[in-house]
Amino acid sequence: MARQRKALSLISGGLDSMLATRVIMDQGIHVEGVNFFTGFCVEGHTHAIRKKDKAKPKRNNALWVAETLGIKLHIVDVIDEYKDVVINPKHGYGSNLNPCLDCKCFMVRKAHEWIQEHDFDFIITGEVIGQRPMSQRRDTMPVIQRESGAEDRLLRPLCAKNLPETLPEREGWLQRENLFDFSGRGRKPQIALARSLGIEDYAQPAGGCCFLTDEAYSVKLDDLWRSRGTRDYELDDIMLLKVGRHLRPRPHFKLIVGREEGENNFLEGYRKQFTHLRTLSHPGPLVLVDGEIDADDLHLTARIAARYSKGRDAASVEVEIVPQGGEPQRLLVPPLAGDDMPDNWLL
Amino acid sequence: MAHHQLDARRLLCPMPVIRTQNFVVDLPPGDTVEVFCTDHGALNDIPAWCRINGHEVIASRTGASGEVVVTVRVGAKSD
Repeated sequence: MARQRKALSLISGGLDSMLATRVIMDQGIHVEGVNFFTGFCVEGHTHAIRKKDKAKPKRNNALWVAETLGIKLHIVDVIDEYKDVVINPKHGYGSNLNPCLDCKCFMVRKAHEWIQEHDFDFIITGEVIGQRPMSQRRDTMPVIQRESGAEDRLLRPLCAKNLPETLPEREGWLQRENLFDFSGRGRKPQIALARSLGIEDYAQPAGGCCFLTDEAYSVKLDDLWRSRGTRDYELDDIMLLKVGRHLRPRPHFKLIVGREEGENNFLEGYRKQFTHLRTLSHPGPLVLVDGEIDADDLHLTARIAARYSKGRDAASVEVEIVPQGGEPQRLLVPPLAGDDMPDNWLL
Repeated sequence: MAHHQLDARRLLCPMPVIRTQNFVVDLPPGDTVEVFCTDHGALNDIPAWCRINGHEVIASRTGASGEVVVTVRVGAKSD
């Protein structure tokens, strides 16, 4: 009796990897999913920090896809290992700080290690030729096979007919004619395939699945590296870049200002790690100070905090400042006028 | 059967699930784990992860402070 062949599918939570997985399952292959958490993944919950997004469904799309398909999902924390991909991408960045080609090589390499450890036969992804300008091109897709070490154990079911045969096809583990020849950025073939498979509900993330493709996020990460003089980060750093209004009034410190209740609640969890401010006489945001500040800076930060409070038009606002590990103090300050706040403070 | 507690506070999705997954992997079937979270998404994600992987959520509650506690009973290991 032929051995049951097993594949590991890279599940992002989007439609393409869902379809690729289902297509291979339908050919009698045992499929399990893997989802790599880099820290930069765009998740519904991250958006849901903001109160205005509370009505959106709170689900992890990768888990949801796995449950819908009836497969196991292994979620792997690659935060530390992934730093080198972000900081030193061999193939460079895309239009922002997105190292897409290095990222895909990294993830397929990790998947290849996983299948070797768990005696699986091959890897599948939802990649489509021409869909992404950096990692999903005819000339870069072979780079991923080569640099990941997966070689012909990497199968892209949605565009396999546009690519050379892979091991699972050659060995007859599955039928090439039941794979697809999708290409380009259009979504019609995927949507039609989903419909034919009875898949009606799927995530359609606006702006991709990674914060590094986001211009505003990349500006803030670049600022973090420049201000610290080193291209490094911790998980808390990259989480905080997703939240609040970020202002850099001076090179040596930055303020993170909650924009609404949900963000203020999230920032509350960081109070012990940062000098922070809040307005007492008027409702206002929680403000974290990232960097060392002196007495003059303290006065300026209090005025900025006052500006973002309900007392922005008042003659003066009382602000409480709690230095990291120190005693709280109070200042009565005039809110900073708009004319005194250059646009380039806002990151 | 032992009872355990796992602190996943201040972690955003999917870290509470990853912490639960990595904690449960070394436990025998029948053990229970209370997972303490501040991300309310855990109320959906930990049960989804349990359903996929053969574990059971036996209780979940939201405390007065808004903290979420999900109690998982470890299922039989399938591999």
